[in-house]
Amino acid sequence: MTQWEVVIGIETHAQLATVSKIFSGASTAFGAEPNTQACAVDLALPGVLPVLNKKAVECAMRFGLAIGAEVAAKSVFARKNYFYPDLPKGYQISQMDLPVVVGGEIPVMVGQGDKAYEKVVHLTRAHLEEDAGKSLHEDFHGKSGIDLNRAGTPLLEIVTEPDMRSSDEAVAYAKALHALVQWIGICDGNMQEGSFRCDANVSVRPKGQVEFGTRREIKNLNSFRFLKEAIDFEVQWQINEIEEGRKIQQATVLFDPDNGETRVMRTKEDAHDYRYFPDPDLLPLIISADWLARVKGELPELPTQKRERFISELGLSTYDATTLTASQEMADYFESTVTIAGKANAKPCANWVMVDLTARLNKEGKELADSPVSAAQLAGLIQRIADNTISNNIAKKVFEVLWNGEGATADEVIDKQGLKQITDSGAIESLVDEVLAANPGNVAEFKAGKEKAFNALVGQVMKAAKGKANPQQVNDLLRLKLSA
Amino acid sequence: MINASLKTLSLALASKKISSVELTQLFLDRIERLNPTLNAFVTVDAEKSLNFARAADARIAAGNAGLLTGIPIAQKDIFCAEGWLTTCGSKMLANFVSPYDATVIRKMHSEAGMVSLGKTNMDEFAMGSSNETSFFGPVRNPWDTERVPGGSSGGSAAAVAARLAPAATGTDTGGSIRQPAALCNLTGLKPTYGVVSRYGMIAFASSLDQGGPMAASAEDCALLLNTMVGFDERDSTSLERPAEDYTLNLEKPLNGLRIGLPKEFFGEGCDAGVMAAVRAAIAEYEKLGATTVEVSLPNSHLSVPAYYVIAPAEASSNLSRFDGVRYGFRAEDYGNLDDMYMKSRAQGFGAEVKRRIMIGAYVLSHGYYDAYYLQAQRIRRLIANDFVEAFKVCDVIMGPTSPSTAFKLGEKAADPVQMYLSDIYTIAVNLAGLPGMSVPCGFAGGLPVGLQLIGNYFAEAQLLNAAHRYQLATDWHQQRPGGLA
Repeated sequence: MTQWEVVIGIETHAQLATVSKIFSGASTAFGAEPNTQACAVDLALPGVLPVLNKKAVECAMRFGLAIGAEVAAKSVFARKNYFYPDLPKGYQISQMDLPVVVGGEIPVMVGQGDKAYEKVVHLTRAHLEEDAGKSLHEDFHGKSGIDLNRAGTPLLEIVTEPDMRSSDEAVAYAKALHALVQWIGICDGNMQEGSFRCDANVSVRPKGQVEFGTRREIKNLNSFRFLKEAIDFEVQWQINEIEEGRKIQQATVLFDPDNGETRVMRTKEDAHDYRYFPDPDLLPLIISADWLARVKGELPELPTQKRERFISELGLSTYDATTLTASQEMADYFESTVTIAGKANAKPCANWVMVDLTARLNKEGKELADSPVSAAQLAGLIQRIADNTISNNIAKKVFEVLWNGEGATADEVIDKQGLKQITDSGAIESLVDEVLAANPGNVAEFKAGKEKAFNALVGQVMKAAKGKANPQQVNDLLRLKLSA
Repeated sequence: MINASLKTLSLALASKKISSVELTQLFLDRIERLNPTLNAFVTVDAEKSLNFARAADARIAAGNAGLLTGIPIAQKDIFCAEGWLTTCGSKMLANFVSPYDATVIRKMHSEAGMVSLGKTNMDEFAMGSSNETSFFGPVRNPWDTERVPGGSSGGSAAAVAARLAPAATGTDTGGSIRQPAALCNLTGLKPTYGVVSRYGMIAFASSLDQGGPMAASAEDCALLLNTMVGFDERDSTSLERPAEDYTLNLEKPLNGLRIGLPKEFFGEGCDAGVMAAVRAAIAEYEKLGATTVEVSLPNSHLSVPAYYVIAPAEASSNLSRFDGVRYGFRAEDYGNLDDMYMKSRAQGFGAEVKRRIMIGAYVLSHGYYDAYYLQAQRIRRLIANDFVEAFKVCDVIMGPTSPSTAFKLGEKAADPVQMYLSDIYTIAVNLAGLPGMSVPCGFAGGLPVGLQLIGNYFAEAQLLNAAHRYQLATDWHQQRPGGLA
């Protein structure tokens, strides 16, 4: 049986977080009454002209810098001509031959834990363009309404190479991109409102074949779940078609989340000829070295830079560093924790944030921003583990108390509940003596070579100490006494 | 007053010999009387005009008037003017009332305090050289009402020539100011591309369109140009440069002025009468102290073909917004969306506009773009370079504006190529983005002949100076058509 390889490329439309539109001064705020945020330029009245919003350009520049791409010194706006009622000018101003961002890459971590691997997704380009308005087909009794509030909203269309080989890789990339555009402050990432939407180009080919299969493009996926479901369905559909002897026709398809299927919107035959040509109303976009340097200076530390620093300065693994830089909130939380707990505790800080805290948040469906345990509280807890005041097990109890808001600091909880670890060797020794005296059977078994019996004895001592005895000390003392 | 220069009118208004309301009424009366014959205006709104005039009189009374405050002007119907029908000569916009002012209109109204008399007829969407493509019917040339006034600014030209207005605005994409100025015995100036804002000027071919003045003399044009120019942040192709007073150097003697005579403009294809008048004008310039030198514009024969690729390409896209969805004409009966588009555009646009949209869509389409559009852009650069070379040895280029005098209505209407050749001397100037003028220089067969002056980039002041000195020495520009009094 043929082994199939999946090939996926993703195009993302990220709505840029500018106050006004890309070619007019009208507001980009979401949710206003229809056509109240469309000025003469957005309505394409006769005689009006576009004027480029510099802030939108700077968003594109930030993105290009963040992914190590070339920010083009000269790029050109082009008209993409087609008729549609929500496209007021009869053309969309976009970029074609010379986009503002060329190349670049985004490293993503795919999968969890031991199975996780790093994948570098290469970008083809990113270009600036304007969004269209919306056609409203309900409420008009056989007619359509047009809302032009969204017309002219700035978009950055981000196009990858066909680098991804599974829906998991595609989702990991989309999530990383989603985090990145928010990280650098160019997009609010609101997928419900359509601020971040993905198209997936999907094809399959027999493993080992060099040429790509014929692709179909799934349009407008506005959640990560739909992205995964749509690709999975599409891949299976394409494989079935080919295995049943049919050829894949290049097409644009839509995903229906209700039945989980894709259906054809248009095929190559009825594809438009968009008659692209440079927009004579706009001069070429020239980005000087000075301008680029200034924008670069305004960028925050980027996820990739932070990741490298976490590895080199804090000694974290690539997996840990990548996971912790998956979002700015996570990275900030982790850094605050380490700052208080100390660099020496970076690894336990990473574990607590990535594992315990994340699991607890997931369980309650909470975002990191809403965590009841602050970075300072968590750092205080980790410090008490590090200095042997409490064991890891006790720490989990303390964390739970802090989570429930029943204590201000780890120290307070430890103190109030008497959870301080017993490290006084005299006290531990007397507990060990008691346990040895009370369990002659286990002692005999151990001496006969049964290692299991030793663990039972440790358990008894810990039980007697109500979990507070230092486990290492208990171990050492027991060994000493039993070998005597 | 009807024949007075802008300077004379300005002085009369300032000294309160006449009020703006009186002056405006004078022209409104004349429009009422003569426009039915000429069809120069498509919209006149006396009450609106008189309101501008009253405001101007108040400014004059308050002592904060400018040189042109209170002076009436006719506006080509390509400029959006708030509250005015702005039709662009098309059925498509026959019902369109603009909610905003073009920058040129705003400057004239708000800054200069001028009085708009109405909107002038024009070839539909400025596509034409005879004013016969207008939805509102042809304009007639005041010099011979059986003849065309030229186009596309034919209404503006006829209005000023017949003194229905002291001056007018025009726009020039391939000769649309200069050619009608030549055919109607006016002085018209197309500025350097980017000098006058295109905001609110309904686009025909964005990379070629430029607004400019049409008046009786170079001096009037200089005064008007002063109010029309300036950087506009609403037009990305508008140029930011220091302000200039175009009246300042009008009187400068022409001693040493080097006139370039392109051999391509003095060969075949031009009427003998036109050529004789042009040669006589150049002889006059030599008397005024200028010298002549032969220059060459070797690619000028490519300008018409290149223009008829680039201009329709841009037009096909610019005119896509006229789709019947938001404003303008929408067909009555349609089955679905595509049907509505097709019927609205089929019925809303005239034949010449549709022809150019089809040419434009064709040259931009997949598989033809390189061979037509890109090739035309390459030719455009060659043509611009020809001028760069020529201006190394001369200051101003001169030749005929149009190869013929005003032709008869209907004479070329059925033959688009013959019509396109009317602009054979003017088109290269738009492709290069240079300033150009047409100046009255005599008559052939009783019809006016225009001398074209082409300057280097931003040499408007020099062109106006050369034209003004010539007009001090000649009186061609003061000739008025008979039979219209």
